[in-house]
Amino acid sequence: MTPETMTPPMAPKARPLVSTDYRTLSYVTGPLIFVENVHDVAYDEMVAIRMPDASRRSGQVLEVSGTTAVIQVFEGTRGIDVDATEVRFLEEVARIDVSPDLLGRVLNGTGAPIDGGAPIIPERRLSMTGAPINPYTREKPADFIETGISAIDGLNTLVRGQKLPIFSGSGLPANELAAQIIRQARVKSGEDFAIVFGAMGITHRESAYFMNQFESTGALERVVFFLNLADDPTVERLLTPKAALTVAEYLAFEKDMQVLVVLSDMTNYCEALREVSTAREEVPGRRGYPGYMYTDLSMIYERAGRIKGRKGSVTQLPILTMPDDDITHPIPDLTGYITEGQIVLSRQLHRRAVYPPIDVLPCLSRLMNLGIGEGKTREDHREVANQLYAAYAQGRDLRKLVAIVGEEALSDNDRSYLRFADEFEKRIVGQGEEGRTIEDTLAISWELMAGLPMGELKRVRDFIDKYHPNAEQASDEA
Amino acid sequence: MIAGTISKITGPVAVASGMTGSKMYDIVRVGNEGLMGEIIRLEGDRSTIQVYEDTSGLKVGDPVESTEGPLLVELGPGLLSSIYDGVQRPLPVVAQSGDYIQRGTVASALDREKLWDFTPIATVGQEVVGGDVIGSTPEGQTIIHKVMVPPDVKGKIKKVVPAGRYNVDTAVAQLEDGTEIKMSQWWPVRQGRPYERKLDPTHPFTTGTRILDTFFPIAMGGNAIIPGGFGTGKTVTQQSLAKWADVDIIVYVGCGERGNEMTEVLVEFPELEDPRTGAPLMDRTVLVANTSNMPVAAREASIYVGATLAEFYRDMGYSVAMMADSTSRWGEALREVSGRLEEMPGEEGYPAYLATRLAAFYERSGRVRPIGSDDERVGSVTMVGAVSPAGGDMSEPMTQNSLRVSGAFWALDTSLAQRRHFPAISWTKSYTLFLGQVSGWYEENVASDWHVLRDQAMSILQKETELQEIVQLVGPDALPESEKIILEVARMLREDFLQQFAFHEIDAYCPPKKQYLILKAILSFHEAAASALNRGVSLRQILEMPFRDEISMLKTTPHEEAMEAIPGFCTRVAEEIAGIEVY
Repeated sequence: MTPETMTPPMAPKARPLVSTDYRTLSYVTGPLIFVENVHDVAYDEMVAIRMPDASRRSGQVLEVSGTTAVIQVFEGTRGIDVDATEVRFLEEVARIDVSPDLLGRVLNGTGAPIDGGAPIIPERRLSMTGAPINPYTREKPADFIETGISAIDGLNTLVRGQKLPIFSGSGLPANELAAQIIRQARVKSGEDFAIVFGAMGITHRESAYFMNQFESTGALERVVFFLNLADDPTVERLLTPKAALTVAEYLAFEKDMQVLVVLSDMTNYCEALREVSTAREEVPGRRGYPGYMYTDLSMIYERAGRIKGRKGSVTQLPILTMPDDDITHPIPDLTGYITEGQIVLSRQLHRRAVYPPIDVLPCLSRLMNLGIGEGKTREDHREVANQLYAAYAQGRDLRKLVAIVGEEALSDNDRSYLRFADEFEKRIVGQGEEGRTIEDTLAISWELMAGLPMGELKRVRDFIDKYHPNAEQASDEA
Repeated sequence: MIAGTISKITGPVAVASGMTGSKMYDIVRVGNEGLMGEIIRLEGDRSTIQVYEDTSGLKVGDPVESTEGPLLVELGPGLLSSIYDGVQRPLPVVAQSGDYIQRGTVASALDREKLWDFTPIATVGQEVVGGDVIGSTPEGQTIIHKVMVPPDVKGKIKKVVPAGRYNVDTAVAQLEDGTEIKMSQWWPVRQGRPYERKLDPTHPFTTGTRILDTFFPIAMGGNAIIPGGFGTGKTVTQQSLAKWADVDIIVYVGCGERGNEMTEVLVEFPELEDPRTGAPLMDRTVLVANTSNMPVAAREASIYVGATLAEFYRDMGYSVAMMADSTSRWGEALREVSGRLEEMPGEEGYPAYLATRLAAFYERSGRVRPIGSDDERVGSVTMVGAVSPAGGDMSEPMTQNSLRVSGAFWALDTSLAQRRHFPAISWTKSYTLFLGQVSGWYEENVASDWHVLRDQAMSILQKETELQEIVQLVGPDALPESEKIILEVARMLREDFLQQFAFHEIDAYCPPKKQYLILKAILSFHEAAASALNRGVSLRQILEMPFRDEISMLKTTPHEEAMEAIPGFCTRVAEEIAGIEVY
């Protein structure tokens, strides 16, 4: 199968010798233009727009009704008039040029290079829409991706082919965490590993931070960087994740690479979606977001996965900002229903200067069991994670109790849990800038567990002899 | 032939003009690629069509052709162990043209070449009516597929083929009026298959999940909804129902959910052994998979396709369980299409007819006497629908409208899930309306005091909730020992009875009898402890006895062994606790 058939192509048709430029704009509103008297226009078709000052813009057909076409303009409608602006229909859906040379390059939100480097010589030109992978040809996700972050690797392992979003809040260091993951991430077996980074609506400051990080650590050479800045046209953002994922699929399924796609910030993408929907006067769903947002988001997130008979994989780590830290807001909510788990950042931990401020209790990696255990990470991984979760949850519950009755009222046993919760936040979660291997993470976990009475370690009972720092003492007690 | 041209396209909805003569819900072929679509509105000669496939590239002026019939599914041997998309195209066949789903694919639902071992039952000269079984063929290792007269056919049999191997297109019988009866038949999905009458659901739908069977049981032919925010374990619960429920046939509809999850079902089910027969579980399962990024209109249809397949096996006299994961995605598909039609929105943008559609869907469940002249067959369709409430807020329209028509509410609780209490089904919010109907069966087949024990356990858990409020304020030490024991027993109920590990070799399935016995063990402990406390024994003395550990092992002890040991254990608990001396 070739990538040409990966995506729904336009119906094959001979190109007319004379192409038609329409100067029949009738109506301009927000990011949309309406063009009249058009013929032979296809839904989803790309258009080129020639401005009165001869500059060029691009757009996409959102609706065709009789002889009227509704077009969203990616670069915004400022300067468009209804007299002199010309529209040409390109007879193809949105496409992007791809080549292995994209690694190390910086592109704009629609996939054109903006780093001043040489133009990209395309190996293929692929449609960005992306067809759904047949569930029958999907391969189960397996094997883990080491992010170097203990709270993720140890407790909510990221597995190849998974989509695991980071739920952040404004002012929380999600981008720092993303940069750290991009720097540290690796696959165990030394296969080809690449990162596709789709930045949507990030500020100049953030973009400079990322560039700095990538250049100073040498990570850039394995990164394809799509950059749509906060002051770039909003609608362009609607193409950015699709372009990024098309490149990721190409690298994974054609070039056998393990690809990690980081998308930041999905909240900006959804805002753009709402903007276009509102301009089209569509019936709004919750909080003004369009009713099809679930479907739209799923067409991004579901492009993660593995395919039978191919070596590569696409793994996604989308980042989104929860407005007002509200996890029930439609953006995190719909995302959580599609993705396979979530990593949640906490403002309280951040205030206590814990970095990365990951609150592990609401976190979840649904596919964790597929990526861990003997031969993948270590035999005791599942049990250690369970024990840490149980002990930390208990410690947190006790904190509430202490606030009421005071620490004196607690038993020694309870106090060891309180201490555990503090240590857990300090040492496992709050690892700082350091990168850790999974062995480091598990070793620190055992050190912390050693602070609990031996009888409480019910879930790791079978591994105490092998891994407990005071194993000999343990067997004496037994 | 009715043929027109496209005059408008917006998302999954297209409008075609020149379609005079079209009927509502007729299937049409759209564009040069022949994309499948369904008429959902008529206006003069204009038909509005929801297209079951991606509409990118369709043009105004492209041809539209009506098939002049509604969406049909093909019913016959070979359905079991298949995996279909939302409009009954087998995904393995679709996969032959690429790893991605292509548009305009036409694939036959049943294998046309495969030969089935047909054994005739009907004889020449016999009068038959719709629903009568004229022969059978083994389907998979365990299920006998009954070849039935289609519901609208009747007459005298003129010819029956001898026993032998035939494909699904073979007319295995012919009536005097010339009507041929084939091994397969067609049925429109939006119309429920007829039955003679509905029967009272009195037989429980046992699932092997303790909290469901003992606390919130439903009956065969009943229905339940499982609402829960993301990460609370809707899908795991649905899958463990599919694996363990005591029914003949499973229809699992993955409606707008994750691709990787469907793959997991696909990989896992053929490997899983059917606990009752030892054959692969897949042998009695039909999967309908329409993942979230597959076309939204086909998602809307997939639920009805699943219901029709379930009814077909019900008509053969089997008990069928249909799992729909998740009905909220189906509701959203309705909302999306309704929005494109510019209909006046109801609550939260859902169409005003959401409640009607939901009620019509859930009413397709039931325990029935199928049509046909024999009186023995009884079949049932039990439906379990997952609901994904937006923001975990149960007051949203999908949950509330589903509640009005479903017989049981298995509420998943985010805070339980975060504490890793699985299954995260809340014992305070859930309810069932079938308790009265099924307790007779339990009292007869499990134990005469089943209902009493269940109520006792429920009231201990209820009492715990009240006590916890006090503990939050003043700490646990302020409680008298008679109340501390309640907290202790409630904790045992939660950890040793309600918590169940879906992936554990033994604990994944717990037979009803064992459920009852574990409950009895815990409650015997409570009874003995409470009377010892009355004598003046201290709580510490009781808790020092090893019984709590023994009880916690019960759920992972092999069933037979545990069931044999528990009655003796209860006696021992009573004696030894009674024997504690008061200091």
